[in-house]
Amino acid sequence: MPINNEEFRPKIVAFCCNWCSYAGADLAGSSRLAYPADVKIIRVPCSCRVNPMFILRAFEKGADGVIMCGCHPGDCHYSTGNYYARRRMTLLFSMLDYIGVEQGRTRVEWVSAAEGVKFSTTMNEFVEKIRSLGKNVRLEDLRCRN
Amino acid sequence: MQELITRIKELLADKTVDRAIGWRAGDLGYNPEPAYFNSVEDMDNFVYDGFCGANLSKMMIEAAKLEGKTLVCLKPCDTYSFNQLIKEHRVDREKTYIIGVGCKGKLDPRKLEELGIRGVTTVKGAELEGDCETLKFDTVYGEKECAYSDLMLERCHVCKGKEHKVFDEVIGESKDTSTGDRFDEVAAIEAMSPEEKFAFFQAELSKCIRCNACRNACPACSCRKCVFDSNKFDSAQKANTVSFEEKMFHIIRAFHVAGRCTDCGECSRVCPQGIPLHLFNRKFIKDINEFYGEYQAGEDTESKAPLTNFTFDDVEPSIVGERG
Repeated sequence: MPINNEEFRPKIVAFCCNWCSYAGADLAGSSRLAYPADVKIIRVPCSCRVNPMFILRAFEKGADGVIMCGCHPGDCHYSTGNYYARRRMTLLFSMLDYIGVEQGRTRVEWVSAAEGVKFSTTMNEFVEKIRSLGKNVRLEDLRCRN
Repeated sequence: MQELITRIKELLADKTVDRAIGWRAGDLGYNPEPAYFNSVEDMDNFVYDGFCGANLSKMMIEAAKLEGKTLVCLKPCDTYSFNQLIKEHRVDREKTYIIGVGCKGKLDPRKLEELGIRGVTTVKGAELEGDCETLKFDTVYGEKECAYSDLMLERCHVCKGKEHKVFDEVIGESKDTSTGDRFDEVAAIEAMSPEEKFAFFQAELSKCIRCNACRNACPACSCRKCVFDSNKFDSAQKANTVSFEEKMFHIIRAFHVAGRCTDCGECSRVCPQGIPLHLFNRKFIKDINEFYGEYQAGEDTESKAPLTNFTFDDVEPSIVGERG
């Protein structure tokens, strides 16, 4: 079968918190729910661990979209981590929008450990969105492309 | 200015303070520089005029480590920065004697070039006496004249107010110079299409030479160890072959001072390339005001900074997309 090299396969980085979203992804897997292999999950102790630099660095290294998943507000394992993360990400995304990076490339979704279905639908939606936006050219570092 | 000099000399002579921080005349008529004055004799080349734009509050971080009391001259906008430093425990209010100096708007020597005024030998009209309406220059090409406000820094056209937030005494008169809203520029950029925004910032930020002047001058950038000095940070160790570093650097720098930036405008003033860096900080201030309620850093020394605080019903990050 000929391989179609033209098809765009986005690189998606998903920061998932250890206590909710990572377990949610696990549940999606064990429930045999499909989500695209383009999503690379990075496990973080808490959504609050996500430094704005992580997101920029992901884009630099060639990610086409970055999604951050954490516990629902109020359910943080460390009580308040995701409240701080929420403020930070709101400001960072607003700044990225301000310098002209397409809004759809960044997203925050709250996924609990029981929401395997939500995890899988979110990732499917997000990958579709990035496919429609195409390759990230505005925040990439050419030296990191190969 | 004479009143200010007399008063500082008095305080130095009677040992109320051990040193003073102010401005010393530069080699040209329009480039005074921040300086320490350790004795009454040192005060001979003290100067305070329209060109003294530097925010001296950051110098108090080092001065607070010295023995004895330090006098510092702060303009109204500098007192916000000083308050913010008190809040962050970076300066010692007990060891500081603050003279609030009057401000009638500060001048930007770089605008001389734009106005076609070259070869300046002496400047008249910047002494902050009277109304400060016109500036007269003796140049090697003859006499030149311009309106005071034409040479004023961008930040002074959108001044936050001429009230000193923290002081021991105030010397000199102030004049309101505000003619516009400081968020107008930000709103104009927000209204652009993503392509236009990107082209605008690409054009501005590609001028960056990573000299770190913005960081060094910023009173909010007071970390002992800075992330940009880390050799693990890519842009510190490599030549800028692509424009990514500047975006990363400026976004991260603005983010690190978000909620703590008092909008003193030092970053834009010191940038040797003339990049309007205040646009980043103001965007964060505008967003914080819109999302989490009006907040002015440095207004007081008690309130919690927006990014170290939260409420249960904060807006979700998706608001950025919904706002359109």
